[in-house]
Amino acid sequence: MKHRCLVPIGVLAIPIAIAWLGVPVAGQAPSTAAATKAAPAKASTAKSTATKAYTPPRTPDGQPDIQGFWTNSTYTPLERPNNVTKEFYTPDELEVAIKQAADRETAQTEPGTTADVHYDFTQFGLDRSQSTFAKNLRTSLITNPENGKLPPVTPEGQKRAAERAAARKTQGGQYDAVENMPIGSRCIIMAGAGPPMMNAGYNSNYQIVQGPGYVMILTEMIHDVRVIPVDGRPQPHSNVRQWVGTSRGRWDGNTLIVETTNFNGKNAFRGASENMKVIERFTRVADDVITYQFTVEDDATWARPWTAEMPMQKTEGPIFEFACHESNYGIANILAGARADEKRAAEEAAKKGAK
Amino acid sequence: MRTRFVTVTMAAVLAAGLALVVTTATAQTPGYRAPRTKDGKPNLNGIWQALNTANWDIEAHPAGPSPVRDLGAAGAVPAGLGIVEGGTLPYRPEALAKKKENAANRLKLDPEIKCYLPGVPRGMYQPFPVQIIQSPKHIMIVHEYAGAVRTVYMDNHVEAPADSWMGWSNGHWEGETLVIDTTGFNDLSWFDRAGNFHSDGMHVIERITARSPETLTYEATIEDPKVFTRPWKISMPLYRHVEANAQILEFRCVEFVEDLMYGHLRKQPSK
Repeated sequence: MKHRCLVPIGVLAIPIAIAWLGVPVAGQAPSTAAATKAAPAKASTAKSTATKAYTPPRTPDGQPDIQGFWTNSTYTPLERPNNVTKEFYTPDELEVAIKQAADRETAQTEPGTTADVHYDFTQFGLDRSQSTFAKNLRTSLITNPENGKLPPVTPEGQKRAAERAAARKTQGGQYDAVENMPIGSRCIIMAGAGPPMMNAGYNSNYQIVQGPGYVMILTEMIHDVRVIPVDGRPQPHSNVRQWVGTSRGRWDGNTLIVETTNFNGKNAFRGASENMKVIERFTRVADDVITYQFTVEDDATWARPWTAEMPMQKTEGPIFEFACHESNYGIANILAGARADEKRAAEEAAKKGAK
Repeated sequence: MRTRFVTVTMAAVLAAGLALVVTTATAQTPGYRAPRTKDGKPNLNGIWQALNTANWDIEAHPAGPSPVRDLGAAGAVPAGLGIVEGGTLPYRPEALAKKKENAANRLKLDPEIKCYLPGVPRGMYQPFPVQIIQSPKHIMIVHEYAGAVRTVYMDNHVEAPADSWMGWSNGHWEGETLVIDTTGFNDLSWFDRAGNFHSDGMHVIERITARSPETLTYEATIEDPKVFTRPWKISMPLYRHVEANAQILEFRCVEFVEDLMYGHLRKQPSK
């Protein structure tokens, strides 16, 4: 599961994440596109094979230039919804799917309630459709397996998932201690930060800067920086474990290939093991689109490797500082609230006992 | 505190109590001309680190005991000649009182203890590597500490859109020197562990110049009339990490401070 929780949004953000995992096509009539700055239809909805002729510009030192500000914000789910059997929507069907997903985001809170004032997704730019997002005719990000679903989980993967679930139960309730709260709410890292770099509910923005021998990718959420060497160096010792793993890149023609290993397993992607290997491919297929493809290899979790693909759409910068932990009043307030509730409950219980 | 010992030389220097490394006169080697990037700019790309005790105290200071008793000598404060030109800071009287109060309550107040973003210039001389990645439009300054990052905008200079920890940096080249003009700070970061502080009116002008293939001269002028009676300047060398395959590693310190910050709000076992 992925949940992105800007701290003020806190726990309310979690249901959103679950909500987009399935985008049924049946339902409401098509309407005007919600995107205010939707990309040119030609580039943004192209199937990735249609743009082979494009030659990206070069950086001063000759790397294909993928620099700039990009977003992978999308309404396309990782896995194909159960009621969809084809690989691509028609443009009309896509509009319907987007409208339904956008409506679901808007409808998360009851109009007129405190929660609605606080978490109105049509305000504050939280509604994805208010800013640039990458339209994608694909019905799922997963391209392989061809059914658009994750491969079966291996017995070892199932055992690990059961053990992790059991461990979560023994550690108590979510508000018992900070360690029990979601890592995104704690401002450590967003659950989908990756690699693979999954889109978040909002702020799915990236800045790419290339210097000699390096590609740097700054993720807006919690100012996550990946400095990827592209000079052929080996991976560090397997004892060096990181939340985001360690990445090594190389250019294959116009495609940047990045291999990442050495994960610490604490932000396990979809239940993966710490031995997961992620191979990402960044190919700029138009001035305003990078095709971002990734393959996940983890035979301790999935019966076979799987691959997903999504466009990254050029967007406007700059990316402003995301000082998450520094303003994280939510954690202290939530925990203090839980302790106050417990105290009140204990006092009431004592009163009843005294009667 | 966490210090990365990167080379035999650096480890030896640190073990020797950092006696050698802090000088305020670090002007570039006269006439040194840095190698150029392909677009013709001085090439400052690399992983750099200060080798001084400025993160303890940017002013000239003697050695002192550890603020945390259990850390003994490992947590003690090494002496330093200071990185401030003239040795001390020109505080306004009321600001000096606040600095002293900060120092006295450092364990509670120093933002570094809570893994907060380091601010500028502190991030440049914390005991962590700093990577410079140069492109024509943006120069990135990436800090290992807390994953802090700064974009230096080389074109399209605009005013800071809002206040922030790391400020808003506009850069330009003056011959051999990268000049970075940073404003838009909040008033929350400190200069060091000694409680030296600034206001949200701070303006930092940094000058970074290669002084040899493996060293830079880092200078910064700080203007903050709410706190100081006049602008003041710091200066120090930054040393290149020359070891094979050096890289910025992850120091995602939020998880290391959670118990310190939120432990008192943990559910207590029922009696």
